[in-house]
Amino acid sequence: MHLKYESQLREPLVYGSKTYHDVTEDIVRPIEAKPSKLWYIGFYIAVALLIFGVYSIYRDVTYGIGQWNLNKTIGWGWDITNFVWWVGIGHAGTLISAILLLFRQGWRTGVNRAAEAMTIFAVMCAGQFPIWHMGRVWMAFFVMPYPNTRGPLWVNFNSPLLWDVFAISTYFTVSLLFWYSGLLPDLATVRDRAKTKLRKHLYGVASFGWSGSTKHWQRHESLSLVLAGLSTPLVLSVHTIVSFDFATSVIPGWHTTIFPPYFVAGAVFSGFAMVQSLMIIVRKVFGMEDYVTMGHIEAMNKVIVLTGSIVGVAYLTELFMGWYSQNKYEGYTFWYSRANLFSPYGWSYWGMMACNVISPQIFWFRKMRRNLFVTFFMSVIVNIGMWFERFVIIVTSLYRDYLPSSWAVYYSPTIWEIGFYLGTFGLFFTCFFLFAKYFPVIAIAEIKYVLKTTGESYKEKMGHLEQVPAEVFGHSGHGHTTVDNHAHN
Amino acid sequence: MAKKTFVVGCFDDEEVLFPAIKKVRTAGYKIQDVYTPFPVHGLDHALGMRETSLHTAGFIYGITGTTTALSCISWILTSDWPLNIGGKPHFALPAWIPIMFELTVLFSAVGMVLTFCYLCQLAPFVKKHHFHARATDDLFVMPIECTSKTNIDDLQAFLKNAGAVEVNVQVAEDGWWLGRYDKDEMPFENKIVAA
Repeated sequence: MHLKYESQLREPLVYGSKTYHDVTEDIVRPIEAKPSKLWYIGFYIAVALLIFGVYSIYRDVTYGIGQWNLNKTIGWGWDITNFVWWVGIGHAGTLISAILLLFRQGWRTGVNRAAEAMTIFAVMCAGQFPIWHMGRVWMAFFVMPYPNTRGPLWVNFNSPLLWDVFAISTYFTVSLLFWYSGLLPDLATVRDRAKTKLRKHLYGVASFGWSGSTKHWQRHESLSLVLAGLSTPLVLSVHTIVSFDFATSVIPGWHTTIFPPYFVAGAVFSGFAMVQSLMIIVRKVFGMEDYVTMGHIEAMNKVIVLTGSIVGVAYLTELFMGWYSQNKYEGYTFWYSRANLFSPYGWSYWGMMACNVISPQIFWFRKMRRNLFVTFFMSVIVNIGMWFERFVIIVTSLYRDYLPSSWAVYYSPTIWEIGFYLGTFGLFFTCFFLFAKYFPVIAIAEIKYVLKTTGESYKEKMGHLEQVPAEVFGHSGHGHTTVDNHAHN
Repeated sequence: MAKKTFVVGCFDDEEVLFPAIKKVRTAGYKIQDVYTPFPVHGLDHALGMRETSLHTAGFIYGITGTTTALSCISWILTSDWPLNIGGKPHFALPAWIPIMFELTVLFSAVGMVLTFCYLCQLAPFVKKHHFHARATDDLFVMPIECTSKTNIDDLQAFLKNAGAVEVNVQVAEDGWWLGRYDKDEMPFENKIVAA
């Protein structure tokens, strides 16, 4: 018989004196209760945005992408800005569930389920942009390599745009599998508590007949670990490949080797900000303050200040290289089109700097990291800043190309470009509202797994072990120590 | 598959469960399985299970993905439709690494999840007999398979002694069948028993 022990110095991850049954009750309650008025209002707003987005796409297909304000030099505009923005947001879920699992960060259990769901919905939104940007969307399947009657004419495997197709679709599939395999035991919990017939049937189908057998758990653990191991390089590869879309070109401002790490850090940065925005609302609305604690919020704010600063270093490195390379095109792009506040798009560069680099520095202060209002406000600011970053990269590099005669047009989006973007917000929040209503937003089994190590009441009971000499403890490692309980009775 | 008789012991604390398993196994009873609401570390070893080889399967699927990507791309770009891209070599291995990597991960993940579902017999519309509804909530449920020689009353008392909070006897099918969780009927039940 073994007792896991965690240092008293660490904050509890679960507050209150909870039993396993309390954990089930707390997390399943919102699923079994009628949704609140607030939920309905939010859901209808999301659906309304989605409908507007669908109409914008309908116009896009009917009239072609000429209804957008893309012009001779700016071929990517809002569309690809939004694509990169959503993909970036879609990085936090897998980072939390995979990389933090490998690093054995216990606090991931409170937020991983919602973050993974958010990842999946964000990637769904991201996928819309390149697909509808094709214009003749009924030809979208041409991006897949398949034997065809045109030669067969294959796709170009040396092109980063094709790598993107593989990277994003693989990322979506693997995230979905990871998320759903983790959900199975929790859906079974909902099934076994279900009172109504319909609920029993639907959760019965969704939980695949999960029983909780020891052998199944053993395989489940192995599956989660390997999927985490696979997702870790995968999540890094996805935004690396997105950055290759830019970095392998010869456009000034894009043609740089720091893009992959810079994009990945930016993706984690914006992804964590989105998790913060959502979790602060979820924990409040569903009363889950005991599970998503200030400790969780603080940990995520630390990630935000770290990645925000990495992004800041990348911006400064780019500026330095723009001067140091003595390449006049690079110099023009960085020092005129971007860093000069009075150039046509200078406002976007400085907006980006203010949101991404300067304002997150507030999180060096513990008091600010643990302030809900500041955290929520900053999480929105960071996502605005990260949108500006992609806008800056795309528009300021393209609006003055090598041919000054095509410089005249100032690019601003049409209502249908904006509508498409708003529509993806609708898609994202419609999915998220449905998820929050019908699925356990916190991983029930994983919370139970860490409850007796990190639960507040259990930690208090283990206080006496602080006095036990080190030799008594068996083997140590991974932040936990295993100790034979009999030694202290 | 036929129905079997089980004596089911339910425990509410994993620290009671482990010594109980030891006692039950020493006494020579056959534990069918232990159903737990979350993964309990060391339970698989306590029950004498071997390690799963699911990760080996994952490795093999991964290698299959890498090979698929490499062989398809190299055949397409060097022999089926060689494209002259600025006079660069047709066999451009570095440019293929991203897709080779993605397919490795894709094959491995999809293959492992399917294998996991197959091994654990998990699928939509699959139904199983669950010994206790709280096995997915807060109980650790240990059904013990009875043979013709088992004294059921003795075994029940034995489990109570070992710390079970609830003990009962169930006659149940231990496989799976296609069914709905809101209905009790078991299709093919009679046929299976007759066979």
